[in-house]
Amino acid sequence: MVMIETKAERMVINMGPHHPSMHGVLRLLVTLDGEDVVDCEPVLGYLHRGMEKIAENRTVVQYLPYVTRWDYLATMFTEAITVNAPEKLANVTVPRRASYIRMIMLELSRIASHLLWLGTFMGDIGALSPFFYTFREREMVYDLFEAATGMRMMHNYFRVGGVAADLPYGWVDKCEDFCKYLTPKVDEYEKLITNNPIFRRRVEGLGTIGREEAINWGLSGPMLRGSGVNWDLRKVDRYELYDELDWNVQIETAGDCLARYLVRVGEIRESAKMVLQSLKQLPGGSYENLEAQRVLAGPKSEWNGFDYQFIGKKSSPTFKVPEGEHYVRVEAPKGELGVYLIGEDNMFPWRFKIRAPGFVNLQPLPQLVKGTKIADLMAILGSVDIIMGEVDR
Amino acid sequence: MNTGIDLQRSLIELLTSLGLPFGLAKVIWMLIPMIVIILGVTIGALACTWLERKISAAMQQRIGPEYAGAFGILLPLADVGKLLIKQDIMPAKSDPILFTLGPMLVFISIFFCYLVVPFGEHLLISDLGTGIFFVIAISSLAPIGLLMSGYSSNNKYALLGGLRAAAQSISYEIPLALAALAIAMLSNGLSTVDIVNQQAGWGILSWNIWRQPVGFMIFAIAALAECERLPFDLPEADEELVAGYQNEYGGIKFALFYGGSYANLLLAGLLVAILYLGGWELPFPIDRISDFFGISPNAGWWQVIAAALGITMTLLKAYFFIFFAVLLRFTVPRVRIDQLLDLGWKFLLPIGLVNLLLTAALKLTFPFAFGG
Repeated sequence: MVMIETKAERMVINMGPHHPSMHGVLRLLVTLDGEDVVDCEPVLGYLHRGMEKIAENRTVVQYLPYVTRWDYLATMFTEAITVNAPEKLANVTVPRRASYIRMIMLELSRIASHLLWLGTFMGDIGALSPFFYTFREREMVYDLFEAATGMRMMHNYFRVGGVAADLPYGWVDKCEDFCKYLTPKVDEYEKLITNNPIFRRRVEGLGTIGREEAINWGLSGPMLRGSGVNWDLRKVDRYELYDELDWNVQIETAGDCLARYLVRVGEIRESAKMVLQSLKQLPGGSYENLEAQRVLAGPKSEWNGFDYQFIGKKSSPTFKVPEGEHYVRVEAPKGELGVYLIGEDNMFPWRFKIRAPGFVNLQPLPQLVKGTKIADLMAILGSVDIIMGEVDR
Repeated sequence: MNTGIDLQRSLIELLTSLGLPFGLAKVIWMLIPMIVIILGVTIGALACTWLERKISAAMQQRIGPEYAGAFGILLPLADVGKLLIKQDIMPAKSDPILFTLGPMLVFISIFFCYLVVPFGEHLLISDLGTGIFFVIAISSLAPIGLLMSGYSSNNKYALLGGLRAAAQSISYEIPLALAALAIAMLSNGLSTVDIVNQQAGWGILSWNIWRQPVGFMIFAIAALAECERLPFDLPEADEELVAGYQNEYGGIKFALFYGGSYANLLLAGLLVAILYLGGWELPFPIDRISDFFGISPNAGWWQVIAAALGITMTLLKAYFFIFFAVLLRFTVPRVRIDQLLDLGWKFLLPIGLVNLLLTAALKLTFPFAFGG
């Protein structure tokens, strides 16, 4: 029998750096066989700004306004890690109130980041409306940030030894209202999305990463917890005062896009719960280390002197990063956000290596998308939750 | 049986009485349906775009168009105006003939279908005996235009979009035709007027949706897929293919695609209204009204009112379907290409065949209720 042989040329298509669903400026060189993805090669670096090098000739306070540009959707975490690194190196203690304020801010920031992820992820698989709904709630988080820090996205709120300003009057009530409002809204999202048959068929069993694989790739955050690894730095490292709150780590075992979705939605709920608890337990006192020392020492404190009051009100401008090196990490919404800091008893750090979760989580993408359809490529990329500002730094 | 309004005869009589020769009067008459169809459909499509904006805005807690005219009603006109004065860009290394022909083919084939869409017993351009078959045949020309523009754009996204459009239209044309075939079987004819007339009698109870619930579902799903509306908008999936086959188009050629797609949606709505929702029929028989008020059904002024009511009803039903389509578009995610084809070939096609068989059996068993 004579067979007609058809040989299709493979098509190499260049998605990005400006493609609607590339989450910024990621570029993928995708080899297609019809609708099937044969190969995918990510190209990075379109948003590289030399963040690490810039950190090497800035003091902590000078660098702080800039760090929110790593992951511009979970801004509080970048600030937290930037102050945590020198804090831990210099053994600066943080007053309890400051620590609680930090936790509240971090969890609110996590809510904002996950809400935005939910909207864009649904957008990636074609549902447009959830984007508007999640933005409605995200706006409220940003209103809270604005009330407390003066800025909606680029807060510049954390300081070595505490936070820049205390919470304004009425903020706690406002925040409590928001948390109570948020949970029913999350129920609404779940009603709309979770059991939608089209959504289920699009994401179930897609982009599966096994437990071992996830660990070997060095994944973190919802990517890791979606694969059934109980690993949350808030529980593992016990930083800030997370131990004083009653909360659960969200885990799913399936390792597919749906599992990652469920983990993130669960984390929104948990974070709202944690913020509510923190607000209830919020202690009084100082919001900053030096302030605490001043109060503790009474009227004769050297910090009551002219220098402290009017010139160097906060420690940071002349804060010296002590000699030594170490790695500090926090659990950001995207995963483990870490800084490897080398100080040489100077105001500038000698080395400021950023371990961005998005960069690491992006690694398995080519392997995940091989053999899937083009539409799946978007769903998988969406479920990874990358921010190019953080990946390229 | 009254003859109803015969605009053609009245106009030609009017013109000849004004002293024009009969031939010229007929030529003038021929222009009128053309203008009516182009204007009517364009306005209908523009209304669709406005509705889509407003409904989606309401769904997404936005306001939507607000400042261009009352409730932003002039915004579609502003859109058209903008697209008309934009530069006509031809991408380098494209095939200029196919590139221009593509949108034209899409637009013309969709507008052609309106020839047989009736708004009343005599309120249609031409009562073809092949009616619904004509619509299905002509509307399947549109994917060729999409394929042409996808191929000729010299753009990989556009090519993928064009291929998707072709695959999608072919797979959904068949269930669509099967559903329409069941209706044709019920009404013993393909003519759109016959189909509606067969649904007259007991008002809302005699509409085909009760006799063909499965067929209605098949037709609605397939019509959405043919219109490339959101659960099935793969050819222009903006998150994957940027804009699919429309990628390289701008200005008036894009307007042809854009207007064409909304005209297609309106056509789908009208077809649903005609095939399943009783066309121009009111939810209760119109004779009841004339009987109640003791009006002679042949009175001229009553004829005008009845015709206006019929047009209103048809449009209301059509826009109800469009409203449903818009709701759906902003609620559900997009299906994947293999899921789309599976749904077409493995689900709708067998169901459509069973529905056809069942209709035939029912027609033989209960000829009084199923058009025997």
